[in-house]
Amino acid sequence: MTTQTTDRPAPLSAGWTYAPAPENAAIAAVKDRYLPFVDGGFVEGRGEDAETFNPGTAEVLATVSQSTTDDVDTAVAAARRAYDEVWGPMSGAERGRYLFRIARGLAERARELAVLESLDNGKPIRETRDFDVPTAAQHFFYHAGWADKLQHLGLGAAPRPLGVAAQVIPWNFPLLMAAWKIAPALAAGNTVVIKPAETTPLSVLVLAEVIADAGLPPGVVNVVTGAGDIGSALVNHPGVDKVAFTGSTAVGREIQRSLAGTGRRVTLELGGKGANIVFDDAALDQAVEGIVNGIFFNAGQVCCAGSRLLVQEPVAEEVLAKLEARAQTLRIGDPLDKNTDVGAINSPTQKAKIDELVGSGVAEGAQVWRSSCPVPERGWYVAPTILSHTAGSMRVVREEIFGPVLTVETFRTPDEAVAKANNTPYGLSAGVWTEKGSRAMAMAGALKVGVVWDNTFNRFDPAASFGGYGESGFGREGGRAGMAAYLEDQS
Amino acid sequence: MTTYAARPDQAPETAPAAPPSTATATPAPPALPSHLAGATADEATLRRFLFGLPAVDPVGLEQRSATLATRSIKKASKLAAIDLAISMVDLTTLEGADTPGKVRNLARKALAPDPARPGTPQVAAVCVYPDRVATAADELAGSDVKVASVATAFPSGRSSLEVKLADTRLALESGADEIDMVIDRGAFLAGQYGLVLEQIRAVKAECAGRARLKVILETGELATYDNVRRACWLALLGGGDFLKTSTGKVNPAATLPLVQVLLQAVRDWRDQTGQQVAVKPAGGIRTTKDAIRHLVAVNEVAGPEWLDPHWFRFGASSLLDDLVLQRRAQLDGHYADPDTVALD
Amino acid sequence: MRIGKSASAANTDGSRLGVPKTYKLYVGGAFPRSESGRTYAVRDAEGGFWANAALASRKDVRDAVVAARKGARAWAKATPYNRGQVVYRVAEMLDGRRSDFADLLVTGGADRDAALAEVDASIDRLVHHAGWTDKLASVLGSTNPVSAPYFSYSAPEPTGVVGVLAPTGSPLLGLVSVLAPVLATGNASVVVAAQPDACVAIAFAEVLATSDVPDGVVNVLTGSVAELAPVLAAHGDVDALDLTGAPAELRVELERAAADTVKRVFVPRTAPDWSAEPGLARLRAFLEIKTVWHPTGALSLSGGGGY
Repeated sequence: MTTQTTDRPAPLSAGWTYAPAPENAAIAAVKDRYLPFVDGGFVEGRGEDAETFNPGTAEVLATVSQSTTDDVDTAVAAARRAYDEVWGPMSGAERGRYLFRIARGLAERARELAVLESLDNGKPIRETRDFDVPTAAQHFFYHAGWADKLQHLGLGAAPRPLGVAAQVIPWNFPLLMAAWKIAPALAAGNTVVIKPAETTPLSVLVLAEVIADAGLPPGVVNVVTGAGDIGSALVNHPGVDKVAFTGSTAVGREIQRSLAGTGRRVTLELGGKGANIVFDDAALDQAVEGIVNGIFFNAGQVCCAGSRLLVQEPVAEEVLAKLEARAQTLRIGDPLDKNTDVGAINSPTQKAKIDELVGSGVAEGAQVWRSSCPVPERGWYVAPTILSHTAGSMRVVREEIFGPVLTVETFRTPDEAVAKANNTPYGLSAGVWTEKGSRAMAMAGALKVGVVWDNTFNRFDPAASFGGYGESGFGREGGRAGMAAYLEDQS
Repeated sequence: MTTYAARPDQAPETAPAAPPSTATATPAPPALPSHLAGATADEATLRRFLFGLPAVDPVGLEQRSATLATRSIKKASKLAAIDLAISMVDLTTLEGADTPGKVRNLARKALAPDPARPGTPQVAAVCVYPDRVATAADELAGSDVKVASVATAFPSGRSSLEVKLADTRLALESGADEIDMVIDRGAFLAGQYGLVLEQIRAVKAECAGRARLKVILETGELATYDNVRRACWLALLGGGDFLKTSTGKVNPAATLPLVQVLLQAVRDWRDQTGQQVAVKPAGGIRTTKDAIRHLVAVNEVAGPEWLDPHWFRFGASSLLDDLVLQRRAQLDGHYADPDTVALD
Repeated sequence: MRIGKSASAANTDGSRLGVPKTYKLYVGGAFPRSESGRTYAVRDAEGGFWANAALASRKDVRDAVVAARKGARAWAKATPYNRGQVVYRVAEMLDGRRSDFADLLVTGGADRDAALAEVDASIDRLVHHAGWTDKLASVLGSTNPVSAPYFSYSAPEPTGVVGVLAPTGSPLLGLVSVLAPVLATGNASVVVAAQPDACVAIAFAEVLATSDVPDGVVNVLTGSVAELAPVLAAHGDVDALDLTGAPAELRVELERAAADTVKRVFVPRTAPDWSAEPGLARLRAFLEIKTVWHPTGALSLSGGGGY
């Protein structure tokens, strides 16, 4: 390179720093204050305002008017009225048209929603742009098509909706979880009162705008705001016919307990401690990608995360070396930067929980690898962490960490892999990496989980049912089984 | 040199090559670790070695490429990437209609890709057919721009080893700094991996001490990523200085997933041997955007040590024009009229 | 206690002293006494002594769950065709003892015609479910048209061990109607028989035991539902509960206990009508839908590589 002059930058072979490529935060059009959406309008909640934060900077993002139990009453009454008077009697075809409009409305506001979700949740814009928002729109589009085909679900000639659905969703995929819950409920003919998590209400409230703009009759979808007490008031409300909850197993258990004897239909999508099983014949480079995607997607704040790596001994060293090298290339930082791979942790509470569990792993003798990628000073971040030399008895192996923390165990035989993978009260997801087709199929059968990913991880589609075994909950979302969760079985 | 028995049902296509005279003058390459040195002991061992390489899952591979392609390279990092990409271009003409005049023009362009902007880097090399090497060498004499030549019965490689070696010698003796050989895809697809390796070694011996050897895998004819990975390792075991995707005459040529397979191979090779080998995608990369995506892959799959014209090249003809246009746009803040960039 | 006329066929004509039966439990394919050694008297319709039945203990529940877990593994591994044949065999064996069961039902208070009809309906219910085993996956499963290069399918699998509280009021048909769907879906079960129906339930267990049902796939306990059901509901290795036969006053407590390990709980929404066509609801209740994804991609590079 003879033409290089002295004012030219250092050669890239010494390290290539990508210039910041932040998405414009103004696209999110964040308002100062947001209101709950009840009976077709955005109305003041009767509670004290709460703030929602930008986890990327730890700064206040917006103020959100909070619902009270009285507001829950109002919302449930509105949903009941809408169910009795409009949505219940409406033809499936017409309901479907509304849902198609919502899908289109989401697509039109996709960029705004992606930036907003990234700001409120802390996840990278690449994920909200390429996954959360388009998949949310896809869920409405998919379920729209079911609305006039309920007779083909195998639930009888004219399966009836359940009535008013109370839905409580978590903060890890706010918009997408809302879509997972609202779309099938409406397609089946139910009306909805939904409560987003108190740390991530904004995208769901913008979804309410999309729903309002689509012309849905008042009361068909209501969004109440608040923390766990409001969620509890909602799911226990006597005017509710169906409860759908996604969140922690502890809260799910509480909900199941509190609804005992009510006869109310319940779907619970709870925690997980997914095993990602790598056999010695695996396509190792892709397995490494799958391990990375399994645990660092959304910074591991995913119920179906592949948080336990089980690797066959002959390739354990090689896989771990490749994995650490690959994890080191992950770019941690500003969630709005288009090149960020791992964003912020949603809340300081969650970060503290992750840090505490990692600390326990270290105390119990795990070996720690941690990415040296610089982490922003402001905001709540946890660098990708790999705990090797872990044992099945350690807390980090048994408890859901819900963060970018992978544990590594080895196995010798397929039977041992299955035994270790199933050795958990959870049963949501598992990954299997092998080039041997018969083994992949046999493993898929032996794993006590609701979703098995062969040679891939964290794939989702509205056409494919999702949900867990055991303490990961019951009921399914997506596909035909997902629709069944919102209809009376009259077969 | 190890010799390989031809499979009983298949007569050897070529007689074993006589050891080239130049070979003795070359220092022996550093010894390979035993698992690699032993891999080439005989046909059966070689075959076992190649089939023991981890498989490539196409869907996962392509997903990783898609994610790499979402990197947003802006501002200073983009300008740096454009300059680097220009300096990595093997400016190529490989037509039956190549005349001395065409080659001279190409060489002048290689020396000054954007005469209006003297700060524009020169390209890495000019790549021509063996009988045009002398013209290119003459035009580039005294510069740092290398002369590369395709050889070994390019592009099909369907001739005798003697012809391939003679082709190589013609290029070398005419002043080529780099030889771009093609592997025998027919032999590869017939499972005669030893024969493929033998030919690479023979050409390598011809080049040793005189030129760097680029081994063209012709990925489009190998048909699967698994085959491409195996061919990479044959080229590495055979002493190739570069893994090169394609001739540019067969599609698909250089795609991001394919280049990723090559980058994984050189990364793993360095991990196992300590030796760094270069990579050259050729054919199909026409835009700055494409080139930058490849540089991102180089950076994140192999490592930044490969972000150097010695270790990574683009085999291309039209790519340079777009790089020059984009370079101007970065500096001027607006796009230039394409006709202000010389055609050749 | 006066020995009822139904306690033994032999004592009605007074020619010899009868041999009143003591019904035991059915656990792991065997008929053990309760580990507690307790029994209770089952009364006939007239209030007379019918037979002794084992009064199962909490420990018996735990033993039955262990047996059921073993049974669940074997049963889930059996081919659907084989499961269907076994369920059909149960129907055959019941058919062979049609008159015995009618006698039992009559002793319990049914008139002869109703008793025979109940036995026949029970046989029919088993035959119906024998035909389900190799169709459930195609009716409740799917290939999923996902928008990515994967083959994705969802298929039902048995949830594992189901605790069943058998209903009262229909000693045989009620029991068969709750048990057949659990059996046909590949689950193992621990059945708590309705307290007054112990004789019918254990007689049915004898049918199961002679019908190639693998050991532990069905376990039948007799005794106090109020004592046994809470243990079953709280047991960590029980995956699901069928509360069809749960006494109203126990239901909330049982559902609460089930929540501790997030059990699937089936509660009929209306009072069951055993004469109605069985739908899919009971089959669905004890199945897990498992979704599997497998990459497909292009056969060769000429079909892929779009980046």
